Amino acid sequence: MNTKTLWYIVKRILLAIFTIWIVITITFFVMHAVPGGPFVGEKEPPKAIKQAMEAKYGLDKSPGEQYVEYLKGIVTEFDFGPSLKKKGRSVNDIISDGMETSLKLGLMAAGIATLLGIVFGAVAALRRNKFIDRFIMVFTTAFVSMPSFIMGTLLLLIFSQSLGWFPANGTKAGGLVLPVITLALYPMAYITRLTRSSMLDVLGQDYIRTAKAKGVSGPRIIFGHAMKNSLIPVLTYVGPMLAYIVTGSLVVEKIFNVPGIGRAFVNSITSRDYPLIMGTTIILAALIVVMNLITDILYKVVDPRIQFE
Amino acid sequence: MKKKFTFHVDLDSFIPATDEEKEYLVQMRPSSTFFKDGIRRLYKNKVAFVSFIIIVLITVSSIVIPFFWPYSYDQQLGVQPGKPVDSSYKNLSPFEYGETEQQRIDDGESVFPHIFGTDKSGRDYFIRVIYGTRVSLAVGFFASIIVLVIGMLIGSVSGYFGGKVDMIIMRFVDVIYSLPDMLMVILLSAVLKQSLDLSGTFLESVGSNIISLFIVFALLYWVGMARLVRGQILSLREQEYVLSAKATGAKGRWIIKKHLIPNCISVIIISAALQIPSAIFTESYLSFLGLGVDAPMPSLGSLASDALNGISTYPYRLIIPAIMISLIVLSLNLFGDGLRDAFDPKLND
Repeated sequence: MNTKTLWYIVKRILLAIFTIWIVITITFFVMHAVPGGPFVGEKEPPKAIKQAMEAKYGLDKSPGEQYVEYLKGIVTEFDFGPSLKKKGRSVNDIISDGMETSLKLGLMAAGIATLLGIVFGAVAALRRNKFIDRFIMVFTTAFVSMPSFIMGTLLLLIFSQSLGWFPANGTKAGGLVLPVITLALYPMAYITRLTRSSMLDVLGQDYIRTAKAKGVSGPRIIFGHAMKNSLIPVLTYVGPMLAYIVTGSLVVEKIFNVPGIGRAFVNSITSRDYPLIMGTTIILAALIVVMNLITDILYKVVDPRIQFE
Repeated sequence: MKKKFTFHVDLDSFIPATDEEKEYLVQMRPSSTFFKDGIRRLYKNKVAFVSFIIIVLITVSSIVIPFFWPYSYDQQLGVQPGKPVDSSYKNLSPFEYGETEQQRIDDGESVFPHIFGTDKSGRDYFIRVIYGTRVSLAVGFFASIIVLVIGMLIGSVSGYFGGKVDMIIMRFVDVIYSLPDMLMVILLSAVLKQSLDLSGTFLESVGSNIISLFIVFALLYWVGMARLVRGQILSLREQEYVLSAKATGAKGRWIIKKHLIPNCISVIIISAALQIPSAIFTESYLSFLGLGVDAPMPSLGSLASDALNGISTYPYRLIIPAIMISLIVLSLNLFGDGLRDAFDPKLND
C-alpha cells in the first residue's frame, strides 16, 4: 500500500462519517418538521399533562438545543433516547432486541445469494448459449423484475398455505427459511448475471488462451485462472446487496412476522414513534454506509489495476 | 490455355469496364439517419420489440378501458342511495353476480360480468387492477420526467461551466449519492404524508401521497442523471470529431445539432426510460408499507398489499397485480436494454 492508497482510504472514511452525520441531521430535522408533534392523537391530552410529557422527553426546548443533545447522546453514549409509544423502553433496547434476528436473516440471505449466484453464474458462462444457460438466464430475469414483497407473499402462499412445509410465522422453528429465500432470490439473480458476464469477459482474455495453449486442464483454468478475476465485479455488488437486503427485510419481516429491526421500523412508521423511526433509520443507514465503505476499499485493494483519483 | 505461374500479363484484366459493370460497383443505398438506423436495429431485436408491444398494449388499455367499462374503480356496487348496503356484492368470485344483478339476469337482462370478481368493499376488481396499472405507469412516467429535467439541468450546468461551480455541485451530488436512498425515501414520504396540505389546490385530486412521492424522487434521484449528463458533456466536448468539425469550419449550432445532441441524447433518454421501472418498483414498495397512493385510488402495490389480508381465501387478488407489476417492470427493462443496444452504437461489440 502506498501513500496514494492510504490517502484514498482516509478520504473515503471521512466521506462516510460526513454522510452519516448528514443522515442524522436530515432525519432529525425532517422528523421535527412534522406538524402537530408526536403527542397529537385521537384525543387531546390536558395542557398540564402535555407540558409534563414534553418536558420529560425534552420537547420543550428549541429544535437547535434538542438537535445538539441528540447528536451528543449518539456520539458519546450511542444513545437514541426513549421510545414514545412503548412505555419505559429505550430505542436502544428495541433495536438490540431485533438486531440478532435481523443479522441472522440478513447474513444468511447474503451468504446464500453470493454462493449460489457465483455457482450459477459460472455454470451459465461455461455452458454459454446451451440449454442450462438459457434456463438460468430466464429465471434470473424473472427474479430481478419481481418486487420482494410479491416474491415473499407468493412463497408464503405456496410453501406455507398450500403445502404447509414451513410455518408462516418467523418466530417458530424453521420460520426463517422462507424469509431468507425471499431476501436471497433477487441478489442471487443479480450476482448470477454479474458473474456470468464478467466470467465471459475473462474467458476471452489472452492469459486464458495462453493457459489453454500450454495444456492446463479445464477446471484448473476456471478455478485457478478465471475465477479470481471474474469475481472482482461481484465484490462491488456487496454494498448494494446489503442495502437491498436491509430495505427488503423491512417488508419481508412484515410479511413473515419476523421479530427484527425491519418490523420495528415499519411498526414505528405506522404508530408514529418518532425516536424509534429516527434511531432505526440512522442505524440502518450507518450500516449501509459502512458496508459501502468497506466494499470500496476492498475493491481498490484487491484489484491493483484500478487507478486512484 | 492459361498458365498459372506465368509472368505474362493477362491482358483481359485491362479491358475497360462496360457501363453495366460500372453500375454494379456503385453502391446504391438510400441514405439513413441515425434515428432510422436505431429503429431498424430495434425492430430486429425480437425481445425488445415484443416488450415494446406489451408496454403499448398495457398502456393503451389502462387508458382506454376505464372510459367504457360500466363500473368505476371507487364504485361500491352494493351501495345504492336510499337502500341498505347489499352485502351480496362483497368478495364476489370471478364471474359471480350480486343478488340484484342475478335477478336482472333472470329477468332476461344482460349484466356486464365481474371478470376478476369484487373486493371486500364490493368494488369491481378488474377495473381496479386496470386503474392501478394506470396509476403505477403514470407515477413511473412522471417520476422519470422529473428526474430527467432536474438531472439534465444541473448536470449540464455543472459540465458546461466547470471549475468551482462544477466542484461544488459534484461534492453535493457525492453526498446525496451515498445516502441510502430507500431509507430516505421511506422517511421523507412518511413525513410528507403528514405535513403536506394540498386542500384547495388542483393537486388535491392527485393526492398528497403521490405528490410526496414525486417530491422525494425530485430530491433524491436526480443525482444519477446529473452525473451522467455532466460526464457526457465533458467527454463529448473533448472528442476528436468535434475538433475536426470545428477545423472544417462548422459553426456552434451545427456541432450541437449534428454531434453533441445525437451522441448524448440517446444515453440520457435510455437511462430515463430505465428509471420508469425503478420508480414503479419504488411506488409499489411504498404502497406496500402503506405510504403509497391515497385510498380509494388503487395502485398495483396497494392492491397487492390489500390482498395480503385475505390471501388464503382469495390468492388471485394478489397474483393478478403481482403479475402485472412483474410484466410491466420486466418488459420496460428489456425494452430499455434493447433501446440501449439500438441507439448507443458505442456499446455495440
